[in-house]
Amino acid sequence: MNIIEYKDVTFRYEGEDENHVLPLTIDGVTLNIEKGSFVAVLGRNGSGKSTFAKLANAIHLPESGQVLVEGLDTKEEKNTDLIRRKVGMVFQNPDNQIVATIVEDDVAFGPENLGVAPDEIRRRVDDSLKAVGMYDFRLAEPHKLSGGQKQRVAIAGILAMQTDCIVLDEPTAMLDPIGRREVLSTVLRLNRERGITVLLITHFMDEAAQAQRVIVLEKGKVLMDGTPRGVFAQPQALRRCGLDVPQATGLAKALADSGIKIKTDVLNEEECIEAILAARKE
Amino acid sequence: MPIIRLENVTHNYGDKTPLCVSAIKNINVAIEQGELVGIIGHTGSGKSTLVQHLNGLLAPTEGKVWIDGEDIWKNKKNIKNIRFKVGLCFQYPEYQLFEETVYQDIAFGPKNMKLSEEEIKQRVLEAADFVGLDRALLAKSPFDLSGGEKRRAAIAGVMAMKPKILVLDEPTAGLDPQGRDSILEMILHYKKVTGATVLLVTHSMEDVARVATRVLVMNRAQVVMYDTVKNVFAHSEELENMGLAVPQITRICRELNRRGLALEEGIYTVGDACAALLPLLKKGVG
Repeated sequence: MNIIEYKDVTFRYEGEDENHVLPLTIDGVTLNIEKGSFVAVLGRNGSGKSTFAKLANAIHLPESGQVLVEGLDTKEEKNTDLIRRKVGMVFQNPDNQIVATIVEDDVAFGPENLGVAPDEIRRRVDDSLKAVGMYDFRLAEPHKLSGGQKQRVAIAGILAMQTDCIVLDEPTAMLDPIGRREVLSTVLRLNRERGITVLLITHFMDEAAQAQRVIVLEKGKVLMDGTPRGVFAQPQALRRCGLDVPQATGLAKALADSGIKIKTDVLNEEECIEAILAARKE
Repeated sequence: MPIIRLENVTHNYGDKTPLCVSAIKNINVAIEQGELVGIIGHTGSGKSTLVQHLNGLLAPTEGKVWIDGEDIWKNKKNIKNIRFKVGLCFQYPEYQLFEETVYQDIAFGPKNMKLSEEEIKQRVLEAADFVGLDRALLAKSPFDLSGGEKRRAAIAGVMAMKPKILVLDEPTAGLDPQGRDSILEMILHYKKVTGATVLLVTHSMEDVARVATRVLVMNRAQVVMYDTVKNVFAHSEELENMGLAVPQITRICRELNRRGLALEEGIYTVGDACAALLPLLKKGVG
């Protein structure tokens, strides 16, 4: 079943006046996001990734075509509230998306605005904070948390609205290595254990390698769409659109190029290590 | 003589109040001319506080900062000259563009240096070339540039002052892999042409692996390592305990070594790993 459907979607930003018509940022995208899937979106700066994400919860509306969230058309204003309850967004800068002075108040902000009953809010806040591993920090002041912890609080805020789908727009770009790992493992766990659909926009190839599906955007069009193994098997095509492969994949490929008989469709450290050990036995 | 020397530097925020915290504590470090130093450390480890001491944006609560052999707080009136000598480029510098044209934005620093119009023009053009910014863009409003171009223009504004020490805070954050590569290339190029000392604050171990000559590791307000890239990445477990990491390639080599392939510690680029593995994998060789 699909949670989000893009049907021949185009979108452009408004120019200063009618004499300055900007080119299309999203140019004829048709694809479906399956419920419960983990999808990574790659593409160079300016390729349309963030715009693509913002079309998913009616922050942007298509110029032509349709975006449907569980069958609801984002263009119809009466659907907007419901759509935003189904699809939540986490942005790049952890400091720009926390509103309260205590962690649990911040997580409660969403459900409070939805008019959820107080004891139900309590239950959801506790549950969401546990899900992201931040329950012990529920009474902390957000400004004292690390970047990775703030991002996890932002994710908890979305879970508390009982969203089915989380869209993360470069959530780890400003984080240190441990923060990156915390956020990614949290998102992976939510996807696996709670069946939450994840749309992850990232510039980190090793993060994309952990998704089930990788979409590559270039000039507002879908250039590649497949499994990480399939997409990362095309390093030249990726480099042409400003991207790269994970270092593990790069090493296996470099060895193969030097004449070693080695499996090259590896995605992560473990697979790379196994491939090298197997090549040694050859 | 080192170009940067910090002597027992401590900086307290909220000094003499009950909320006093030391963001950096008793720092002693000497950096030689011409190094490209990667500064790494978890969020809140004191990296930004440290670099803001280098051009006098922050004054140490205790200790001394020496730049190019000069105690920068000895004569407070002199601090402006230190700012020309040490160029500091903050995180997401594109948000700090403000002039009407890209040219004026890049010229802002040299103008403050009271250089002649002629000299300013030359500096602007040279800086634009350093960052690979098309000269045709100089007449445009900075707000009409793409994200990557804005970042370049902002960095050019610092380079135009030709600082002997260039400090960049997360210059590649949020860029795609190609954008990352080209910013790193342009930093290497600037260093090569001008002989400047470059400090690169980053969360990307891969960036450090690619360009740095030495690595400075901050942990809990202190400098805990200052050594060559190889020697620092050889301490992968300690780094991980500090909330840091080593490049993926270093982790792969460490595990291969544990599983019987004789690889040395501290391999940190794909090229080096490939070169080290080839003789071990090719039959009858090595």
